[in-house]
Amino acid sequence: MKKKSTVDNLLRSKNFWALTALALLLLFNLIFTKGFFHIEIKDGHLFGSLIDILNRAAPMIIISIGMTLVIATKGIDISVGSTVAITGAVVAMLIGGNLKIVDGVQTYISQVPMSIAIIAALAVATLIGLWNGFLITRMGMQPIIATLILMVAGRGVAQLLTNGQIITIYYKPFFFIGNGFLFGLPFSLFIVAVIVGGTILLMRKTALGMFIESVGINPVAARVSGINSKNLMLMIYAFCGFCAGVAALLVTSNVKSADGIHAGELFELDAILAVAIGGTSLAGGKFFLLGSVIGALIIQTLKTTIYSIGVPPEINLVVEAFVVFIVMLIQSEEFRKIVFRVKAVRE
Amino acid sequence: MASEIVLSMENICKSFPGVKALLNVKFRMFKGEVHALMGQNGAGKSTLIKVLTGVYPHDSGIITLNGKQVVAENPLAAQKLGISTVYQEVNLCPNLSVAENIFIGREPKRNGLIDWKNINTKADELLKKLNIKIDVTEMLSTYSIAVQQMVAIARAISISAKVLILDEPTSSLDENEVNLLFSVIKKLKAEGMAILFVTHFMDQMYEISDRITVLRNGTFVGEYLAEELPRKDLISAMIGKDYTRTDEQDKRRNDYAALKDIQPFFKASNIERKGHVSSVSIECKKGEILGLAGLLGSGRTEVVRLIFGVDKPDKGEFTLNGKKITLNSPMQAILNGFGFCPEDRKVEGIIGDLTIRENIILALQGTQGIFKNIPKSKQVELADKYIKALGIKATDSEQVISKLSGGNQQKVILARWLATNPKLLILDEPTRGIDISAKEEIMDLVIELCKEGMSIIFISSELEEVVRCCDRVAVMCDRKKIAELTGDEISEEQILHVIAGGTK
Repeated sequence: MKKKSTVDNLLRSKNFWALTALALLLLFNLIFTKGFFHIEIKDGHLFGSLIDILNRAAPMIIISIGMTLVIATKGIDISVGSTVAITGAVVAMLIGGNLKIVDGVQTYISQVPMSIAIIAALAVATLIGLWNGFLITRMGMQPIIATLILMVAGRGVAQLLTNGQIITIYYKPFFFIGNGFLFGLPFSLFIVAVIVGGTILLMRKTALGMFIESVGINPVAARVSGINSKNLMLMIYAFCGFCAGVAALLVTSNVKSADGIHAGELFELDAILAVAIGGTSLAGGKFFLLGSVIGALIIQTLKTTIYSIGVPPEINLVVEAFVVFIVMLIQSEEFRKIVFRVKAVRE
Repeated sequence: MASEIVLSMENICKSFPGVKALLNVKFRMFKGEVHALMGQNGAGKSTLIKVLTGVYPHDSGIITLNGKQVVAENPLAAQKLGISTVYQEVNLCPNLSVAENIFIGREPKRNGLIDWKNINTKADELLKKLNIKIDVTEMLSTYSIAVQQMVAIARAISISAKVLILDEPTSSLDENEVNLLFSVIKKLKAEGMAILFVTHFMDQMYEISDRITVLRNGTFVGEYLAEELPRKDLISAMIGKDYTRTDEQDKRRNDYAALKDIQPFFKASNIERKGHVSSVSIECKKGEILGLAGLLGSGRTEVVRLIFGVDKPDKGEFTLNGKKITLNSPMQAILNGFGFCPEDRKVEGIIGDLTIRENIILALQGTQGIFKNIPKSKQVELADKYIKALGIKATDSEQVISKLSGGNQQKVILARWLATNPKLLILDEPTRGIDISAKEEIMDLVIELCKEGMSIIFISSELEEVVRCCDRVAVMCDRKKIAELTGDEISEEQILHVIAGGTK
């Protein structure tokens, strides 16, 4: 077999096509959206459409990371949206907060210390993931059914927690998570960097990545080779719940309230789409974390683009669907084969 | 003997990028004859069948069916021409009834609705013709693989087959089932059907075939009448050099006296699993190869699955070096120093999309846990070591395992366990479905490992292999251990005699 050129390798790399799609979207904006690439510095913070996209995409990127690993084990977690709602409700209830004037100075007071509220919320999210994992690995439920339970019931739990109301948070320090800036960049990006970087590092530097792929490709053979796939999957679902919890903190902080009905709505589908765009097969096995990040960025860029070029609201879902369709076509190897064959015949 | 040519293939050539898979191959099929296509893996058997059945187009050459030149553009077209194939893995729907499986896609209809009564009677008649009497309205999965295969054959011949191709049909059948299949084949033969038979089992091939064509490296070696080609000559034709059996067997017999007094280090006492194994006791000694002989379904695979913790026993206990141990998962077995090459390489062995390197280090990494990662350089070193030591044919250790041939995949799985340096290595059908030279290499390796002090449990359907390697043979029948043979008692005749109900 002849040695493949770098270009060939590039074309074969899974991330290449997702990146191409993202580049095309950006190119479109460069031409049609005025000031899309304009970034200005206000009060030492960076502002602009690109920064806005990154900030808005942050929760989805984090959820996609957890979802990628779940999907790599041949599973799926459709309860992440509900997990966001529950976690949001928990953190909002715990912090609550109000503004008091103490000795003529405005002071923010939270019900419980913010750090404890955050830890408790993340613990709840992780527990939700563990519950999903328990149903799947110990009760033998199919992942889509096991997580469907919480997808449906979870919103009920969230509403029960919030008494069916939207809880507003009055505690300024908490707003920093989703709205603050650090070194000129949105703080959320640092959280994304920690989660994405940490996960990638964990996969590269430990045997976790190989074990996950083995379980996803051939669970029986993986077990015979001495891998405890049940515990591994339990951990992965717990991690996916944790990721949804982190995303919930960003979302709740960003909108300064918790809404049991609408918080995290349809996040599960966007996350699955991001993973698919990123090149990870829903049949499990090989996974691409960076691909999922690019996938989440594509989805957010698309949403922002649709608003900024002023697509009428009644057709913006159609436009979104169309672009996603094109992206998935580009990502499809079968489709590329057909296109290239046609080209080869012409030549 | 009838000698009317039904099908002939002349000068068939087929190349894939970089490989000439077939070069001027010819093949003929006669009315009322079973024609065996023999050759090692990679000799071109599958490619030839795929050309014949329209899976691959051929580059050049002529195919004539009943005197007319034909080209099968796809498997459906081949079927319409009267060329039907039954594959090794049954390609039917297990959750449909037998009758539905036979008529799926061409159901007899009445008033636009499916005529169920008609389907069931027709299916019943078809199977009766093959001497199979079963309830055709039952789900296919309720029947054994052998019956499922008969159903596949019934389906194939009911689509007006003139030529029937059986690709490794016996690889998952036990002896009785093989006999059943052969009686069906003989019946079809008597009716004038031309049958192409591919198998790795020589005994079976000789039992049923009238004519043999041998391929080697994609070229035609010769066409022989089965009765005129002794087994020795056939093997020579297949491997292209004279075949001589090693005298390793006799040497091992002499060594056995020394092994006799060694105390076993591992014992499985009265282990039982309802419906699979009833009260079996087994002992393993250091440096000894213990054979488990018996027909498929006799419980030999089930016993080693219990020992390796793949299945859990209902009763019985295990002792290692005098201490009682529990073996409830493969992980526990591995930590106790066991290794296990499972019977079904594809389902339980290889991790298809991972590289050779990853497949080799998997079990070793499993023993170290997630966080004690074996450094990449060490991984490559290990993989390269075993690729070289076992003669695995691959471009490099980063090649994906699913791209390798069966024999090389098996060697990778062997390497996976050798890397863990096991005290007890269980090999369940390590030579199944791989070519003759790879079989020899694997058996030589087994003997070599045992000399180095490893204890090995060896299971094979081919008694010749069991007789050749093993120091002690436990004979299994009906889920029980019925005898243990040692030293000079080990011979094919004796094992068969014991299985057939005789005493040793």
